[in-house]
Amino acid sequence: MELGLEVDDSHPPYTVLAVKGEVDVYTAPRLREKLVELVSQGKRQIIVDLEGVEFLDSTGLGVLVGGLKRLRSHDGDLGLVCTQHRILKVFEITGLTKVFSIHDSIEAAVAV
Amino acid sequence: MDEILELEIPARAEYIAIARLVVSSLATSRRDLADERIDDLKLAVSEACTNAIEAHRAADSDEHVRIEVQENDDKFEVTIEDRGQGFDPETLPLHPPVTDPERLNFERGLGIPLIRTLVDVVEFVPSAKGTAVRLTLYGGPAELEPPEEFPGD
Repeated sequence: MELGLEVDDSHPPYTVLAVKGEVDVYTAPRLREKLVELVSQGKRQIIVDLEGVEFLDSTGLGVLVGGLKRLRSHDGDLGLVCTQHRILKVFEITGLTKVFSIHDSIEAAVAV
Repeated sequence: MDEILELEIPARAEYIAIARLVVSSLATSRRDLADERIDDLKLAVSEACTNAIEAHRAADSDEHVRIEVQENDDKFEVTIEDRGQGFDPETLPLHPPVTDPERLNFERGLGIPLIRTLVDVVEFVPSAKGTAVRLTLYGGPAELEPPEEFPGD
C-alpha cells in the first residue's frame, strides 16, 4: 500500500500537498518526512489536501499535529482541505477541528 | 457466540491494513450496519492493532497479533490480542484541552480515546501473556442470500 504525495507550488505563498491513499502507522512516516522536507526547503504555508485520503487514523492525525507544530515554530501554518465526512469525523471526535483550519477546497484554503 | 474468523498477523505495520480490510468486509457482509458504523469499526480495529504492534515492539516480541471475530444475533465482537507487557488504560496521560497551545506537543495517545467513541463497548482484558482488546458493535445480522449451488453439484 503506497501513499500518494503530490506537491503543487502554483498557489504562492502556499504549497499544496495532496495526499492519496490510506494514512496509518505504516504510511504516516512518509507523510511526516514530506512535511519535514517541505519545511527544510523553506515552505511556510502548507495546505494538506486530504480529499484523496481513503482512511486516516490517530497516527495520521499525530503527523498532522506535528507538522502544524513544526510550521508554527517557523512562523508558518498548516491548513487542511477536507470534505469527506468519514475523515472529518476523526478530527471532530478528537477535538482537532478547533486546532486546524479545515477548508472545503484548495481555492478556499489559498484565499485566506 | 459463534466464532467466524481467527486471524494472526505478523506484528508489523504493513499488516494492519489487511486486518482492517478483513474485519470490515466481514462486518459489511454479515451484519446489518450502516456504512458509517463500518467506518468506525475499521478505525477502531486500526487503532487497536497499532497499539498491539507497538506493544510487541516494546516487548521485543516476534509473536503474531491475534484477531478473533465472533458474532451472535445481537452483536459483533472483534478481539485483538497482543503479547506485550500489558497496560492499564485508566492510567493513560491526559491531553491538554485543544485550545491550549501545549496540545501541539501531544502527537500520540489518541488511539484509546478514539476507540471508546467508535464502538458500543470496548473492554481491555489484561492477561499473563499480554492484553486483549474486545470491540463490540450491537446490531443484528444482515439478511444473507442463500448459498448458490457449486457448479458440478
